[in-house]
Amino acid sequence: MISLNHYMFLSAILFCIGVFGVLTRRNAIGILISIELILNAANINLVAFQRYLGTPDGLGQIFALFVVAIAAAGSVVGLVLVIAIYRNGKNIFVDNFNLMKW
Amino acid sequence: MAQFIPLFPFLAFVINIFFGKRLNQASAWVSIVASGMAMLVSIQTFFEQQAHQNGSIVLGEWLSLYGVPLKFGVTVDALSVMMLLVVTIVATLIKIYSVGYMHGDPRYSRYFAYISLFTASMLGLVLADNFILLYIFWEGVGLCSYLLIAFWFERPAAAKAGLKAFITTRIGDTGFLIGIFLLLSLTHSLRFSDLAHVNVAGNETFFMVAALLIFFGAVGKSAQFPLHVWLPDAMEGPTAISALIHAATMVAAGVYLVARTFPLFLANPAALEFVGIIGGISALMAASIATVNNDIKRVLAYSTVSQLGLMMLGLGVGGYAAGTFHLMTHAFFKALLFLCAGSVIHAVHSQDIRTMGGLFAKMKITGMTFIIGALALAGVPPLAGFWSKDEILLSAYHGHQGLFMVAVLTSFLTAFYMARLIFLVLFGKPRSDISHAHESPVSMTFPLIVLSVFAIFVGLIGSPLAGHAFQAFILPHEGAHEVEINSMIMWLSVLIALTGIVLAFLVYMKGLKLPAFGGLYRLLLNKYYVDEIYQEIFVKPALAVCRGAFGFDFRFIDGIVNGTASCVQRLSAIFRPLQTGLVQNYLLFQVVGIIIFILILGGLCFRF
Repeated sequence: MISLNHYMFLSAILFCIGVFGVLTRRNAIGILISIELILNAANINLVAFQRYLGTPDGLGQIFALFVVAIAAAGSVVGLVLVIAIYRNGKNIFVDNFNLMKW
Repeated sequence: MAQFIPLFPFLAFVINIFFGKRLNQASAWVSIVASGMAMLVSIQTFFEQQAHQNGSIVLGEWLSLYGVPLKFGVTVDALSVMMLLVVTIVATLIKIYSVGYMHGDPRYSRYFAYISLFTASMLGLVLADNFILLYIFWEGVGLCSYLLIAFWFERPAAAKAGLKAFITTRIGDTGFLIGIFLLLSLTHSLRFSDLAHVNVAGNETFFMVAALLIFFGAVGKSAQFPLHVWLPDAMEGPTAISALIHAATMVAAGVYLVARTFPLFLANPAALEFVGIIGGISALMAASIATVNNDIKRVLAYSTVSQLGLMMLGLGVGGYAAGTFHLMTHAFFKALLFLCAGSVIHAVHSQDIRTMGGLFAKMKITGMTFIIGALALAGVPPLAGFWSKDEILLSAYHGHQGLFMVAVLTSFLTAFYMARLIFLVLFGKPRSDISHAHESPVSMTFPLIVLSVFAIFVGLIGSPLAGHAFQAFILPHEGAHEVEINSMIMWLSVLIALTGIVLAFLVYMKGLKLPAFGGLYRLLLNKYYVDEIYQEIFVKPALAVCRGAFGFDFRFIDGIVNGTASCVQRLSAIFRPLQTGLVQNYLLFQVVGIIIFILILGGLCFRF
């Protein structure tokens, strides 16, 4: 029997993997993918809490759908930035790109 | 079993997209075997449907919101079974053909991945039992058509054509989606089975708007006027793809949608008539353009627009069986024609029919099958096109006099341009050096032969000779299905087809000079200037607005921003050293901060 804890544990693992990825990846696309992992970890929580704690009809699902939609918009902005970075430096390693200071 | 049919090609897509590079040549066979299996299951489904009548399998519930559950499932009835058979048979043959046609392409496995996804989407679309599921696959079909039309994206024309197809059909899709939501709010149901007993009383206007919006989606997908502009440009894709798009998948989806939602149109006579009129306009307009075009594939493309128009016309005058029958026969002979055109292009490396001629001697199999396909399309008995076109003419004759005239004129033009194509490509003296032309490999000629067998015989199942078996199959509830046999219409149909062919023979083989149609000719050659009109009405104003917005943004908004920035710049000098410029550094600070915060919070909680 899968309990709420299982979902939360899965979500926590996914979140940690995501955070680790964001902090350690050099590749900008990799960072974007890791951010998606973090968001989906949150989504799992939302849907699981709705299922197990009996929140009103559909709230958690709707929230998760919102997150998915907004994540899509976020990824678009992220990819635009990646293209901009690529045009500037001919690569997408974020540690090569430290021009955004002072 | 029916719900597993789309899974076979989808599995082939997954395999090819992930392991295609390693599979290399074998990727084609993965794809062919998958659609072959889908075909076998479809045949089995057909017999099942014949035995136990219609079935609908609910697979699950997607979302339940405030009492309206969105269920999804598959529907198995005469219409979907017919489409399943057509799609799987044609797709399998086209994939076999592609083995030869795409040989040596650098993205060989990618091609077979896309074409498998295309097939899977179309099969899912056909099986869907509600609007939402259909719309999902509808978009899947749109995506695949984009990927495949722009398959040779190194060529700017191909990339643009893919984009054009995607955007143009998207305009229709937007209307379709609004129509779906309107229908949901009116009937509180999205299942097709509920359309049959929909009650329009009191809400006629809204139901009509919903029907028209749904039809607008079909207009985009089936390349009907005014959204037909993408289809001729879609010829930039590989020819096998053109065959698939034009025969079994993409454009058939629009006609299928109208047939699937037919009860909704029957309840709105005005909307139904509109379907017929749009079909009539498309049929006549595209047929007339096809008579002057010089690109072998574009002639066929306009022919498709025209034939789809005829199907819409047939549906629009209430000929449900006629429209769907033509959809089926057309799938076979149009696939055949495109594959023949591909074979010709493969041999002469040109698409301009003015540079061809005399190819029959060089390519006997392609030539023979090409002639069979052309005769079927022209409506010469007893080939497939004759019977189905005859049904449409008959429906129109009873339904709408004006549209009947349009259908007759379209049939005449169809016979004329197909005969023109045959005479210019296959016969006469070669107009360029064709000594290097040779017959295509077996993998390409085999599908041609199979399809030409279909093109000859598939029409018979809906003919009076077989007691209108197809009509009884697609409309089982009509009871003793009395389809009349109108010999007057049949003779007229034969007569106009032969007139068209003879006229083309006289003009293109015997050098008969037609009276000069200078202005009309230029109008047709420029496709009624529809692209240019769209350029002027939509593209240029949009660009002008964009330029204005850019200027405002550049001068005013940027001015404010830059002014603010220069103020802040001076202040910020104080905090500069904290910034390293590396985004991951900042993230690290953030994560460490959060962890410390949580630790403090946790410590406080435990203390108290």
